[in-house]
Amino acid sequence: MSSLIPQLPALQVVIPLFAAPLCVLAGRTGLAWFIALAASATATLTAAVLAYLTYHNGTISYEMGGWEPPWGIEYVVDTASAFILLLVASIGTMVLIYSPASVGKEIRSGRGHLYYCMYLLCLTGLLGIAITGDAFNVFVFLEISSLSSYALIAMGGQRKALTAAFQYLIMGTIGATFFLIGVGLLYMMTGTLNMADLQTRIPGIQDSRPVLAAFAFITVGLALKAALFPLHLWLPNAYAFAPSGVSAFMAATATKVSLYVLLRFTFTIFGAKFAFLNLPLYWVLLVPAVFAMFAGSFSAIFQRDVKRMLAYSSVAQIGYITLAIALASSAGVTAALIHIFNHGLMKAALFCAMGCIFYRIGSTRIDAMAGLGKQMPWTMTAIVAGGLSLLGVPLTAGFISKWYLVQAALQSNLWWLVVLIVLSSMLALVYVWRIVEALYFKEPVAGNEGIREAPLSMLLPTLLLAGANVYFGIDTRVPIAMAENAADLLLRGQIW
Amino acid sequence: MLQAVLDHYNYWIAILLMMIGFYTVVARGNLVKKIVGLNIFQTSVFLLYISMGKVTGGTAPILDERFSVYSNPIPHVLILTAIVVGVATTALGLALVVRIRESYGTIEEDELDLLDGET
Repeated sequence: MSSLIPQLPALQVVIPLFAAPLCVLAGRTGLAWFIALAASATATLTAAVLAYLTYHNGTISYEMGGWEPPWGIEYVVDTASAFILLLVASIGTMVLIYSPASVGKEIRSGRGHLYYCMYLLCLTGLLGIAITGDAFNVFVFLEISSLSSYALIAMGGQRKALTAAFQYLIMGTIGATFFLIGVGLLYMMTGTLNMADLQTRIPGIQDSRPVLAAFAFITVGLALKAALFPLHLWLPNAYAFAPSGVSAFMAATATKVSLYVLLRFTFTIFGAKFAFLNLPLYWVLLVPAVFAMFAGSFSAIFQRDVKRMLAYSSVAQIGYITLAIALASSAGVTAALIHIFNHGLMKAALFCAMGCIFYRIGSTRIDAMAGLGKQMPWTMTAIVAGGLSLLGVPLTAGFISKWYLVQAALQSNLWWLVVLIVLSSMLALVYVWRIVEALYFKEPVAGNEGIREAPLSMLLPTLLLAGANVYFGIDTRVPIAMAENAADLLLRGQIW
Repeated sequence: MLQAVLDHYNYWIAILLMMIGFYTVVARGNLVKKIVGLNIFQTSVFLLYISMGKVTGGTAPILDERFSVYSNPIPHVLILTAIVVGVATTALGLALVVRIRESYGTIEEDELDLLDGET
């Protein structure tokens, strides 16, 4: 066992990667699900051990294949990446536990094992992005996760899922290619792809044109993958028409991982001074973030499909995270990381709950689910808990996010930003209220009389995720300790 | 001025192709043409990488006593990976186009928007 520990960074990625083709070979949906769950649970355990080790003993560096960095590919686990690994792996596992019933309903029979294969590849990609210390390797994993998520979205039942997946494929590829151009320009100037090595070489040449262009390309490419307003156009349809499990998994993790890479490149590689003093990254992030908060929430209010509403809400929430990054302070980065974590919990719970409703009534339209509050009380409990967390009501995880965000804004003397944050939260109240109103106070729709609660296999993970929203609103020790530690690490030696 | 352009002709070609590809993706309504544009866009980046690895007077990076100057093979290897990604993207994109055509009966973007009710 103890001989395994040094190999954990590699196993983190390799286990889900090798389990993915096994799912195809398994050929049967049930068996494939079991393989996927085992791989994903192992990944969660690995991430937890890595998080524990890095938090207590400091950063772990792993030489892939024994090739010494900067020539070989280096995997680096520090608290920031361990935090993201833990989020991705645990949400991935939760959603997998949730999946069998919804896959049986939503995926054409005989395709289930392929679904799990794609799901594991997507998980592999996201974990790989978080763990790697090599700039080009980020691109490779970014494409692994993207290509598998295009395929997953296209598996959605309605034909609109196809156009949504195509649109995402076009925009996602442009984003990833922009990132690739940026990394190429950096390689051209520095001759290295290792992140730590780039960090030491960039300061000497930071005013050269290719480095400036590289920074611009990387930022725009990542903003596209993270769906930062106005580059979010692929997101609403992709989340609305994907199968329920995919929506939950992707909404909770995919855009977050891109934001993590943005944090990495901005603070670790280029350095806050370069990005925020030499270049106007502050305004470049702040203005779209504020627009995202309002445009996303406004669009959410007018949606008739709840999944689409939640997708637009994600656009707004990504705005909050980007806003916190733009503050470029220790408090800001902490708030960003906390919200990355908490928003993952909220959206996973809410999209899972929508999957439960879809399982029973075959729709997530708001007028189709009127009056279901009495028939599906537990699903509704999850929706209410997730909704309150989304609003930022005290005793939910969302409140902790908002609290840290407001504090970070105040610390930077931006009281008007606080006003905007509170105002846009009011908008969230409107759309969350629309869901609650429909569920509890509207007359039930004809034909919904015989609807019962969702099966336990779906309900239990949904409630656990909803419970996590409450739990992490009360006991905030772990995420906050990790986020603060990670923020210190990202900003190390850059307090200004 | 002209000399500056000629000295870096490889970059100019890469940027020209990049813009042609990008324009095609944005401006064309036909989904297959969009994929073609995407391919041109990606290929331009391949050229950017490959040409940056060239060392003036260098040969192919094969160890031999007679030569001491080699081109840098790393960008070439990197781009091999990116080409594989590009092929996978194209294959997946075309597969999606086939299925869109099967269920909508068209691959023109404006007609698709009409059928989706999103005009």
